Amino acid sequence: MGWLVLAYLGSLAVLFVAAFWRLDPFTATVVHQLGFDNFRTLWETHVYRTIALRTVGIAAAVTVTDAILAFPIAYYMARVASPRVRGLLLVAILMPLWSSYLVKVYAWRTMLQEGGVVNWALSPLGLTGPGFGNTATWLVFSYLWLPFMILPVYAGLERIPSSLIEASGDLGARAGRTFREVILPLAFPAVVAGSIFTFSLTLGDYITPQLVSNNQFIGNVVYDNVGIANNLPFAAAFATVPVIVMIGYLLVARRLGAFESL
Amino acid sequence: MVESPLARIALRLATAVTLAFIYLPLLVIALYAFNNTRTQAWPIHGLTLSWFDKALHNPGARDALLTSLKAGLGATALALLLGSLAAFAVQRYRFFGRETVSFLVILPIALPGIVTGMALNATFRSIFEPFGVGLGLFTVIVGHATFCIVVVYNNVVARLRRTSRSIEEASMDLGADTWQTFLYVTLPAIRTALLAGGLLAFALSFDEIIVTNFTAGDQQTLPLWIFTNLSRPNQLPIVNVVAVLVVLLSAIPVYIAQRLTQEAGVAAPAAAAAGARQ
Repeated sequence: MGWLVLAYLGSLAVLFVAAFWRLDPFTATVVHQLGFDNFRTLWETHVYRTIALRTVGIAAAVTVTDAILAFPIAYYMARVASPRVRGLLLVAILMPLWSSYLVKVYAWRTMLQEGGVVNWALSPLGLTGPGFGNTATWLVFSYLWLPFMILPVYAGLERIPSSLIEASGDLGARAGRTFREVILPLAFPAVVAGSIFTFSLTLGDYITPQLVSNNQFIGNVVYDNVGIANNLPFAAAFATVPVIVMIGYLLVARRLGAFESL
Repeated sequence: MVESPLARIALRLATAVTLAFIYLPLLVIALYAFNNTRTQAWPIHGLTLSWFDKALHNPGARDALLTSLKAGLGATALALLLGSLAAFAVQRYRFFGRETVSFLVILPIALPGIVTGMALNATFRSIFEPFGVGLGLFTVIVGHATFCIVVVYNNVVARLRRTSRSIEEASMDLGADTWQTFLYVTLPAIRTALLAGGLLAFALSFDEIIVTNFTAGDQQTLPLWIFTNLSRPNQLPIVNVVAVLVVLLSAIPVYIAQRLTQEAGVAAPAAAAAGARQ
C-alpha cells in the first residue's frame, strides 16, 4: 500500500510542477519547460479573473450567511434545549451532513426551476424566485454547508461556562450586553472553525454551480481543462488558486484560535 | 440561564425554521417520487407508486445501484482494514514518521476534491494501466477508500485513546497470547467504533461524485447515473425515485453510526465529513 501513497503524493507533486509547464498551442502536447505562462494567462484574462473573484466572493457570502443562520439553532442546542432534545437535534443535523450531497443539489434545482416550489410559494406575495444564477448558487451552497457550521458553533457555545454568563449578569450587564461582550467573543473562534469548512467546501466545488447556474467556478474551469481541453498544466495552475487561498485562510484562522475549536 | 422567556421562544422558533430549511428540499424530492405526472411542476396533483416499479426495472439504474453497492462495500472493507491499522500504529507505537501518518490521513481535508480527483486519476493511470487495469470499479474502490480511511481512522483513534492499555496488559499477564488478547479484549473494545466508522464510510462512498468522476472510467455509480440523467426530462421521474433511494441508503447507516458513537465529540465528525466531502 505504501507505493500507492507514494504514487499519490508523487502525483500531487507532479500536478504542482505541471502548473508551471505549458501546452504547445499547435501540437496540443505538454511542453515540460518551467515558466509562468499559465499564471500570466490567469492573471491577464478577464474571464478567469472574474471566475476567481466570483468563486471567492460567493464562498465568503456563503460563510457569512451560514454563520448567521447557524448561531440561533446552535445556541438553542447548547444552552436552552433539554439533553434529550439536544441529542435528537444533533442526529437531525449530522444526518444531512454526511449524506446525499448530489440529491440535495438536485432537489434545489427542481425547486428553483420555473413552475417549481420556490416560485409557487413566492407567487402569493407577488414575487418570483431567483431562478438559476449566482443567487441560486449562493443559496444552495449556504444550504449544503449549514450543518458544517452548526456543529462547531454548537460545540463552542457549549464550552462557555455558565458561571461566566451569570457573572456578567451579576455585574449588571443586560442580556444584550452579555451576549455582545461575553458570549460572542468566546464563541468567535468556533465560528471561524466552522467557516473553514463552509469556505473551503465552496471553493472546491464544481457540481453545484453547474447544476443551478450558467456561471463557472474555478472548479468548472479546472474540470473542463482536464477532461475536454486536455490542458493539464492550465488546470493545475488554476487549481493552485483555491489551494493558496485556503492556506492563507487557514493561517489567519489559526491566529484567531479556530484550531482549538475543532 | 439568562435567556428571557421571549428570547427562548425566538430561539425555539429559529431552530424550527432552520430544521425545516434543512429537511424541506429532501421532503420535496420524496414527494416528487410519488408524483403521477411526468412533469416536475408544483403543486403535484396526484400520487402513484408506478415510478418505483419503473425504476426497479430500469437497467441503467439497476446497474448503477449494483456498482454503487460494490464500490461502497469494497471501499468500506479497504478503509476498515487500513484505517484501523493506521489508528493502531499511531496510537500504540512511536516510530519514525508517526506525525506524517496523521498528516497523510488528514491531507484530503486540506485539498479541494478536484485536486484529489486529478491526482488520483494520474496515479491510477500511471500505476495500474501498465498492469492492464484501466479505470473502473477497482479504481473507484481505491479512490473512495482514500477518503473513507479518514473516517475509520478518526473513530478508532478516538476509541483507542479512551481504552486503557492496561486491560490488554492484564490479558497478556493472565496468559493470553497476542491473538487471543486482540480477539477477546481489544476487538470488543473497538467493535462499535469500527462499525460506526464502517457505516459512515459506506454512506460517504455511496453518494460521492467528484472523486468518482475522475476514477470511474466507463463505470457508473448511482450519483453519476443521477448526474447524467438530470439533463433528460424523460428520466426525471425515475431520477426522483433513485434520489430517495440514495438518501435512505446513506442516511440510515449514518443514523445508526451516530447512535453507536453518541459519546464522541461533535466537531470532529464535521471535520471528517468535510474532508471526505472535499
